[in-house]
Amino acid sequence: MAKHIQTVIKGNLSSTVKTGGCGNCQTSCQSACKTSCTVGNQVCEK
Amino acid sequence: MLKIDHYNIAKNVHVFRQGNLNIAYDVNSGSLHIVDDKTAQFIINMIQVQIQDLKGTGDPHSIFRVAGADLSGEEKNEILMELGALQRNNLLFSQEAEKIEPMYPEPPIIKAMCLHVAHDCNLRCRYCFAGTGPFGGSRQLMSFKTGKSALDFLLRNSGNRAQCEVDFFGGEPLLNFDVVKELISYGKKAAAQIGKKIKFTLTTNAVLLNEEVSGYLEEEGISIVLSLDGRKEVNDRMRPYAGGKGSYDRIMPQILRFIEKRPAASRYAIGKYYYVRGTYTRYNMDFYQDVLHMADQGIKRISVEPVVAPPEEEYALREEDLDTVKKSYDILGEKVLEYMQNGKEFSFFHFNAGLDDGPCLPKRLSGCGAGHEYVAISPEGEIYPCHQFVGQEKYKLGSLYEEEKLNAKVVAAFRKAHVYIKEECGSCWARFSCSGGCHAANAAFSGELTKVYSLGCELQKKRLEVAFYIKIREREQRVLV
Repeated sequence: MAKHIQTVIKGNLSSTVKTGGCGNCQTSCQSACKTSCTVGNQVCEK
Repeated sequence: MLKIDHYNIAKNVHVFRQGNLNIAYDVNSGSLHIVDDKTAQFIINMIQVQIQDLKGTGDPHSIFRVAGADLSGEEKNEILMELGALQRNNLLFSQEAEKIEPMYPEPPIIKAMCLHVAHDCNLRCRYCFAGTGPFGGSRQLMSFKTGKSALDFLLRNSGNRAQCEVDFFGGEPLLNFDVVKELISYGKKAAAQIGKKIKFTLTTNAVLLNEEVSGYLEEEGISIVLSLDGRKEVNDRMRPYAGGKGSYDRIMPQILRFIEKRPAASRYAIGKYYYVRGTYTRYNMDFYQDVLHMADQGIKRISVEPVVAPPEEEYALREEDLDTVKKSYDILGEKVLEYMQNGKEFSFFHFNAGLDDGPCLPKRLSGCGAGHEYVAISPEGEIYPCHQFVGQEKYKLGSLYEEEKLNAKVVAAFRKAHVYIKEECGSCWARFSCSGGCHAANAAFSGELTKVYSLGCELQKKRLEVAFYIKIREREQRVLV
């Protein structure tokens, strides 16, 4: 076990540059946000 | 051992303290780590040394030596070994994402539409970007004919997307409720005939949200965004009727009655959901109290956003307000956790953080899709990039009643305004979370789509820090349970 660093969430965002982009997710401004772009707080719906 | 040759740490690793935690966010993988005080300071020092190294030689050994001057040799070695292991697994100090600019289909695939069924309103909200309803034009309602043309346009231009989205917007869409009902009925049938679905939402001030309307929306499975600013005095100051009387006493009970029907609404706005959405201004920089007021009433899905306003307005947020507003987000973050622990869970929209389950990089680069995936339709049938651009001739994309092809220059301008093109975003740690900010806010404050609204950036970064903190604490609590 690491002494100084504890990993809580393991992401793989950079790898999705080639696997993502299906476009099936919700448009961000259609949910609760009408005045500030908040794409990062959506979830992938794939 | 950690490798940092030609690696810009500030751009790719963000270390910050939130609550009682030191957190390291790896920008390219979206991973989160808790780090001890010594590691946090060591990384922060490395960033400082890199920044001061004007020649950019970046000799790793001298950076480690200077940045870790307060560490014993053994401690420094331990930390560098741990960082190195995480780097090899692409979890911290990970490789920069391959810089591939977003690719778009031609012609554009339109999958979402904001339908302005009413450019009129029964309230006179002082901060309204629609000019209290008409968006600088005349007060009018959309006809069924125009609405039908809009839905046909969406279905025709949605390519292979199985699901399209339509938001009834205004002004106040319930002022044109009969047309809304006709359009929902028509849209469902028209979509089904070609094997698609339309997901409808309606954004309302709740003044006309009576039992009959609520029952209809529930039966038809329409998601809903309800406008409310929070405490009575806060709401009524900015959201009065035309005669000046506040709207709180009417809308709060109607909102509470409505949301009772949807106890399981998704915090990520999936399926049939509701969100109660407010705006905070310079008048209520303690907006966390408004969020808590709503939560105390039993509202579970809450979004309160900073006002978009010309800087000369008295209620507009200013640079000097940043510390106060940031403190409000800090307090709110702790309250979200406290309420969760006490069994009174609610979600604050801007504290949702999609990381390991979040959107892919192409989506994060291209953002909201305004102007090429998402359009807004005025009551007259004019097409604009989004609801906030309606009425701005410079950004008009076309008209349902003229040439159907969208203005290629405007489409290209919006497509081009992605994260990699914006100078300020290139080295910002938040670049994959905000998509370079809201186009409308950027255009309003800088006059250009490709220049960011810096105050908005500061607020976004603060919200992200709190969101990441909550994400970690949530995981910890889940483990403890």
